[in-house]
Amino acid sequence: MTHTPAIAIDNLNMQYGGATILDSVSCTIPAGQWVSIVGPSGCGKSTLLRCVAGLTNPTTGMVQLEGKQPAFVFQDPTLLPWRSAAGNIQLPLELEQPSKESWSDRVLQVAQLVGLADADIDKYPRELSGGMRMRVSIARALVMNPNALLLDEPFAALDEILRQQLNQELLHIWQTQQMTVLFVTHNVAEAVYLSQRVIVLNANGTVGGDVAIDLPADRDPAIRNTPLFLEKTAAVSRILQEGL
Amino acid sequence: MKTKHTISVVLYPIIFLLLFLAVWQIADWIWKIPRILLPSPWEIITVSIKRIDDLLSATLITAQAALVGFSLALVMGTALGLLFSISKIVRRSVYPYMIFLQTVPIVAIAPLIIIWFGGGMASIVVIVTVISLFPIVTNVTTGLRSVDTGLLDLMTLYRASPHQILFKVRLPNAIPYLVTGAKISSGLTIVGAVIGEYMAGHGIDEQGLGYYIFMSSENFQTEVLFASIFLSSLLGVVMVTTVALISHTLLARWTFQLER
Repeated sequence: MTHTPAIAIDNLNMQYGGATILDSVSCTIPAGQWVSIVGPSGCGKSTLLRCVAGLTNPTTGMVQLEGKQPAFVFQDPTLLPWRSAAGNIQLPLELEQPSKESWSDRVLQVAQLVGLADADIDKYPRELSGGMRMRVSIARALVMNPNALLLDEPFAALDEILRQQLNQELLHIWQTQQMTVLFVTHNVAEAVYLSQRVIVLNANGTVGGDVAIDLPADRDPAIRNTPLFLEKTAAVSRILQEGL
Repeated sequence: MKTKHTISVVLYPIIFLLLFLAVWQIADWIWKIPRILLPSPWEIITVSIKRIDDLLSATLITAQAALVGFSLALVMGTALGLLFSISKIVRRSVYPYMIFLQTVPIVAIAPLIIIWFGGGMASIVVIVTVISLFPIVTNVTTGLRSVDTGLLDLMTLYRASPHQILFKVRLPNAIPYLVTGAKISSGLTIVGAVIGEYMAGHGIDEQGLGYYIFMSSENFQTEVLFASIFLSSLLGVVMVTTVALISHTLLARWTFQLER
């Protein structure tokens, strides 16, 4: 993995209606690294991610991105209900290359990557479970082969078992695709398990801490019971408590 | 259980109707109610059978006017909804007058339409279009504008053009709203056609049910009046049911939120 910054956030400030959402946030994310952002509700985690994606303009400060536009996975699957799973997955390709008629090979490739069965890709969102819809959403983000993936609490609405299963699958995708990942979550254990670094945002929108997670690269669910995992989780939780 | 429910839904109204007609017929035998005031069901049926060709032809003419006016309202309503969703200035300038126009009773506007378009089919179609336009415009405008912000963010992320956003998100999103507007309008079309024919359906070769209602009331042919009213209502039911069936088929893909 290289250490060229894929995402550089420089002194980002965001104010809305007189309230400060983000206050002097700066950090760099090297290419290929998985970084999670945790913080209390309303601390600006999602706003920070939206600024990185270019969906929200910061009041001051700058975001620099290396390479292509990053892909984004929203908290809700945000699928077009009138399109099948395949139709939803191929949407970014249609928007970029409107003249091309078929993208079925690439759609099948990413559908398999996220664990969608062949029978599922012709189904409409209403026919899929919550977990399957999220897989379609992730497949749609991956279809353009992005350098960076921004995930805004994608598993918040899923049950714990499915959440852990998707965590494992997402880790596998990250390892095989060599992407940079910026992951927003409420769940400290999830952040520590998935990441190489955890950035903690305080309630006032400042950066409270940046914790390196030097766990083995190959994450097995059993790692959650190791002293190092518990130590890192406690360190992140302590910073979170101090920043409230 | 389901069969029992279906029987009660279908059978009870039929039993009620038969009882109602029987009481009406018996009351006519007992009190000898003048035909001009209230003909018996048997008299209405007899006269209807005698004039079946005229009545069916009038029903088809009314249906034709309703369908043409409804089609025009669909096209114009969708175009106006599109214009209102694209231009805030146009929406804010014109939309209040659309609401104002909707509050004016159609029978008040009809004479003006007849002055402008002359008596006959053209005026009748315009009256149908005017009466059924508003629900379509409001629903299409709402459908085009009330797109999930997440979907619009998604389109922004992939740098979609306004044209792509319109055709891939806004228009498909507006389909259920258009269908709802069309369902409301479909019932109004027969009202519009009958009012139009009542006021402008004179002196033309092809006369619809509104004309028959007018003429039979003028000539105290109460049996024909009853038959025309019944056929108008039946036409309204057929129109609404047809649009509801088409919408059910069309909206099968759009039921994302309803089923889970």
